[in-house]
Amino acid sequence: MQIELRILRFDPEKDQKPHEQTYTVEAGPMDRVLDLLHKVKYEQDGTLTFRRSCAHGVCGSDAMLINGRNRLACKIRVDQLKARRITVAPLPGLPVMKDLVVDMEAFFAKFRSVQPYLQADSLDPDRERLQSQAERAVFDDTTKCILCAACTTSCPSFWAQPSYVGPAAIVNAHRFIFDSRDDHADDRLTILADRDGVWRCRTIFNCTDACPRGIHITQAILEVSSRIVEHQA
Amino acid sequence: MIREHEALVVGAGGAGLWAALELAKAGVDSAVLTKLYPTRSHTGAAQGGVCAALGNQEEDHWEWHMFDTIKGGDYLVDQDAAEVLAREAIETVIELEHMGLPFNRTPDGKIDQRRFGGHTRNYGEGPVMRACFAADRTGHMILQTLYQQCVKLGVKFYDEYHVVDLLTEGGELGSGGRAAGVVAYRIADGQLAVIRSKAVLLATGGFGRMFRVTSNAWSLTGDGVSLAYRHGLPVQDMEFYQFHPTGIVGLGILLSEAARGEGAYLLNKDGQRFMERYAPKLMELAPRDMVSRAIVQELRAGRGIDGKDYVYLDVRHLGRQKIDEKLPDITDFVRVYQGIEPYTDPIPIQPTAHYAMGGIPTNIHAQATCDAANTVVPGLYAAGETACVSVHGANRLGTNSLVDLLVFGRRAGRQMVLDVKGQDMPDVTDAAAEPVRAEIEALRARPKGERKEAIRKELADVMMDDVGVYRTAEGLESARTKVAELRDRYQHVSIDDKGTTFNTDLLEAREVGYLLDCAETMVAACINRKESRGAHSREDYPERDDVNFLTHSLATKGADGAVALDYKPVTITKFQPKPRVY
Ligand SMILES: Cc1cc2nc3c(=O)[nH]c(=O)nc-3n(C[C@H](O)[C@H](O)[C@H](O)COP(=O)(O)OP(=O)(O)OC[C@H]3O[C@@H](n4cnc5c(N)ncnc54)[C@H](O)[C@@H]3O)c2cc1C
Ligand code: FES
Repeated sequence: MQIELRILRFDPEKDQKPHEQTYTVEAGPMDRVLDLLHKVKYEQDGTLTFRRSCAHGVCGSDAMLINGRNRLACKIRVDQLKARRITVAPLPGLPVMKDLVVDMEAFFAKFRSVQPYLQADSLDPDRERLQSQAERAVFDDTTKCILCAACTTSCPSFWAQPSYVGPAAIVNAHRFIFDSRDDHADDRLTILADRDGVWRCRTIFNCTDACPRGIHITQAILEVSSRIVEHQA
Repeated sequence: MIREHEALVVGAGGAGLWAALELAKAGVDSAVLTKLYPTRSHTGAAQGGVCAALGNQEEDHWEWHMFDTIKGGDYLVDQDAAEVLAREAIETVIELEHMGLPFNRTPDGKIDQRRFGGHTRNYGEGPVMRACFAADRTGHMILQTLYQQCVKLGVKFYDEYHVVDLLTEGGELGSGGRAAGVVAYRIADGQLAVIRSKAVLLATGGFGRMFRVTSNAWSLTGDGVSLAYRHGLPVQDMEFYQFHPTGIVGLGILLSEAARGEGAYLLNKDGQRFMERYAPKLMELAPRDMVSRAIVQELRAGRGIDGKDYVYLDVRHLGRQKIDEKLPDITDFVRVYQGIEPYTDPIPIQPTAHYAMGGIPTNIHAQATCDAANTVVPGLYAAGETACVSVHGANRLGTNSLVDLLVFGRRAGRQMVLDVKGQDMPDVTDAAAEPVRAEIEALRARPKGERKEAIRKELADVMMDDVGVYRTAEGLESARTKVAELRDRYQHVSIDDKGTTFNTDLLEAREVGYLLDCAETMVAACINRKESRGAHSREDYPERDDVNFLTHSLATKGADGAVALDYKPVTITKFQPKPRVY
């Protein structure tokens, strides 16, 4: 079938502001939006610019706004979109470098700000630190994050207040706050109790809907908030 | 303006990141250059596990792991290196756990382990539980954990810098020169950064994109291997390329061996577990080269499903709970990319191009070497899939690549720490970037010419069809002719995007050039190896020939630009070559 692909394009060397460009491509129902972007780039217009690498939803390169929702282009099929016309735009809320490529630096800076690494105070034992299956299960969900930014850039609180640390950083803090081997949960709770921390979350659930890894992000944020309350009490 | 660091790491996959951690811990002024954001590296796609003889589930010993690695590699493995791999697997996996890696756990809280192809107890008696894992996203966890530690230690990253050339001093790399730094193209704005350095580690991953059906990311284009080759270094054992038996039909997306490790079956159109005819003892858990060949044999005998070019991977009998706990990601891939429900339906699969056993020759300290005497190239290091130590020989066992990254990434970092002390900074200047600057400008300026994508596609077709699971003299010769033709056409490649901002059109054109180098050396080495060993299966030479070919190939760029082949002996310490049956 023929698909009309409307892509929001911007080349800072040529354009004053973004503009829409429409391409028509031949596609099957199992094709993914990434396949369509490749068809355009390789058969019609080599200037179309986007990031991608793994092509199966694990590297986090190609999150973009597809038919109004943040998704990975490599993980959404044409038949799932149920439309002959597909719109594609860069992730909202981050500076556009060119076409579908946004500047991720601010996003990664927020990730780094929450101490996203294990901090165990005890001396490393000779063998592994023990952890029960139940202790491991508590933070399993948040270990799945691929830092694609689909969640943070779908969040109205982030759009309204770009200094908000955002769902992705909270997910990565959660992963360590709830790890039984870590001794510095309190430091992270202090960081996240800040003005730009968890309290900016309005439980709108956009992030959870956007996550291509199916992480229960809003729930993770709520678990962190209740920890902060306990911590402050 | 030229910049400098004492040590540079090119590539931010598992190998590069661990090396960077060692440099940072030692306080060496160092930096990592990567064309992708570090967490986008393909190490994150690894699924099944990382082997180490921890013995958490049952008796196990590093000597058994060493033996399996050597036998799995069809005796082309350098045994001193395999010993290092098997011993240090244990400490590096434990160190990863200390860094925070969330391994699955046994009921008593230790690192959980499962079975994997070719890993056995007591020198081949039967399968052993050796693969440490975190569900079926072990690579994701390794990449995240190492990156987290880099954040903690404040490692300096040049993100989205595509290395386009190596700098040398005192001659080319194969003829007495030393590595002196890199030229990198900043993707954001097309500026060239010239960075000189006393030590350069190449950890740029594999080159699966030269094949039509592959498990590899778009970015895996053999950059490091090609750049080293262009600067006079030989590349080793290029003829050994692994086809993984279970890729999603057409797309090549991998369905990990972990599925079979957990008990999945392979079935032909008669519903028969056909592996019983090829590897009665290990069945589905035989090494990958054997299973891939068995699948191709079944297809040729007309036993593909509905007469088509695939067989089934069946996980239905494992039950929902096990599938959800142990194999959540790969069953999700099946749902998304095939529209199939693995709880209730068998999964169509076919072999997919997966892993380069060959690459830049190194010694066990990850120092690059340039000849049959293993002469060290000063300042140059390689680790991970880019390197050929050789621990995988003619066929890599599942999980051993991740072990390779950890063990030799760590060794590379430590060796660089030692080597940069007392070394002078190379005396290179900005002018060293002129050759590659000219190449890039010529590419930008060229009006209409050959489309890079057409060249890449034709390359991928010929490599898949003629240099795949089975090879013949005839097919290889036609591949050689085709690759030469594509090389000529590549001289006239042109791009649509002439700009400087985020020009992926330009960089992809360069990547096609790297793939052509890798393909050309692979085909030449295949033609010359007139035997069948591991992943290299010649239909016209079906037997292994230890008299003539128990030897590593070295492919060098000759003065005339053609590939020149040389050979170097395999290091054998504990295990004499034997027939390889499972
Ligand atoms: C789907 C899949 C599943 C796998 N599962 C397993 C498994 O379960 N167990 C196992 O042991 N192995 C597995 N493997 C193999 C293993 O994952 C890889 O061999 C390994 O991760 C490669 O790591 P690396 O560090 O060498 O390179 P990569 O992780 O591929 O990283 C390459 C790095 O180099 C950078 N780079 C490349 N070119 C340039 C350039 N020109 N300039 C700057 N930077 C550059 C990239 O940005 C990237 O950071 C799997 C492989 C695949 C594809
Ligand atoms: S390309 Fe890796 S997530 Fe889509």
